[in-house]
Amino acid sequence: MRQLIIVGSGPAGYTAAIYAARANFSPLLIASSVEAGGELMNTTEVENFPGFPEGIMGPDLMDAMRAQAERFGTEVLLDDVTSVDFTGDIKKLSTGSNGDFEALAVIFATGSAYRKLGIPEEERLSGHGVSWCATCDGFFFRQKTIAVVGGGDSAMEEATFLTKFADKVYVIHRKDTLRASKIMQDRATANSKIEFIWNSAVTAILGTDAVTGVTLTDTVNGTTRDLSLDGLFIAIGNDPRTHLIHGQVNLTPEGTIAVDGRSSRTNLSGVFAAGDVIDPTYRQAVTAAASGTVAALDAEHFLSALESAEAK
Amino acid sequence: MSSARSVTDASFDAEVLQSGKPVLVDFWAEWCGPCRAVGPVLDQILAENGEKLDIVKLNVDENPQTAMTYKITSIPAMIVFQNGEAVKTIVGAKPKPALEHDLAAFIA
Repeated sequence: MRQLIIVGSGPAGYTAAIYAARANFSPLLIASSVEAGGELMNTTEVENFPGFPEGIMGPDLMDAMRAQAERFGTEVLLDDVTSVDFTGDIKKLSTGSNGDFEALAVIFATGSAYRKLGIPEEERLSGHGVSWCATCDGFFFRQKTIAVVGGGDSAMEEATFLTKFADKVYVIHRKDTLRASKIMQDRATANSKIEFIWNSAVTAILGTDAVTGVTLTDTVNGTTRDLSLDGLFIAIGNDPRTHLIHGQVNLTPEGTIAVDGRSSRTNLSGVFAAGDVIDPTYRQAVTAAASGTVAALDAEHFLSALESAEAK
Repeated sequence: MSSARSVTDASFDAEVLQSGKPVLVDFWAEWCGPCRAVGPVLDQILAENGEKLDIVKLNVDENPQTAMTYKITSIPAMIVFQNGEAVKTIVGAKPKPALEHDLAAFIA
């Protein structure tokens, strides 16, 4: 049995691993088989992570975090946790290809997953013009007309990035103001290839074999119109990835894992949570890393208390 | 462990379309994070099932013609060819058990 298992390999998971490994807990970090490194693996330049005045590529930052965690004795497993039982004193986890694991404490840092529009054509046309990853798929839209749905930082970043390839990028947003930070807004509004479509929701995606357009519904007066497009990038936010622990760990009304005050303690003893999965508000690489630190220190405290209780 | 060899626009016909057994083509690029993640998973599947299913990779940056022919708009994209026909398409990086499930008709 392990002392500590960390689930997740974004900034929260790796930072927790750095702290826990330096404290000699030799943690096992279950990183996921194809999403190791988390959301930053799908970004380009990260400009707001302190210590990198010239910026750093997302995948490079995550490779460095992983190396730093491994340097102090973290074991990184590229596999997916498929089910957990956290209710007993011994925490049990099953993986897709490497069997079952047990630990005295667990840090749950599974982050969040792309939110979907929830319209039927979305799945069918995924990979045929519907995309959630501008850095992966922008290349295929050279000299095309495309749209980004969303009004946050990631929508602005994707729209700006996509102008490298596309002739025209619409940004479709439900409201008439953006949630994005000022610098990202300014960059997008200054770009002559970007045109904003305000107060509009995508209510249908058109096309049989590939996207040919969308139906937009005006969120103010309810009128609809069709817009011709070659591709649609969806950047409407993320939902905390909590499906593994439903029914075991308490959630907040926002759907994130509930923790005690500023700590990482969940309602289950020995189960700690960190990063986007507990954060409905800030969701930055830096806040996730800080949250991973809190979880490692809480877990360390918990494991030391267990040890001294056993010694008595 | 064996790893999937590369095919190009020039070799695609001979190595994929004319192949005697099913061939999975992994359409990928250097700059695609999920592609880099799924590559090693495909290498494992090849190592375990190479008798039944060949697996090759095609760099879309260097071989735009083939990517265009098969209307690739999202990578990683994996297409299985049998007797010169595209018979199965998988889009997006998936864990090994999920890929094995998708490929059951060719590797089971």
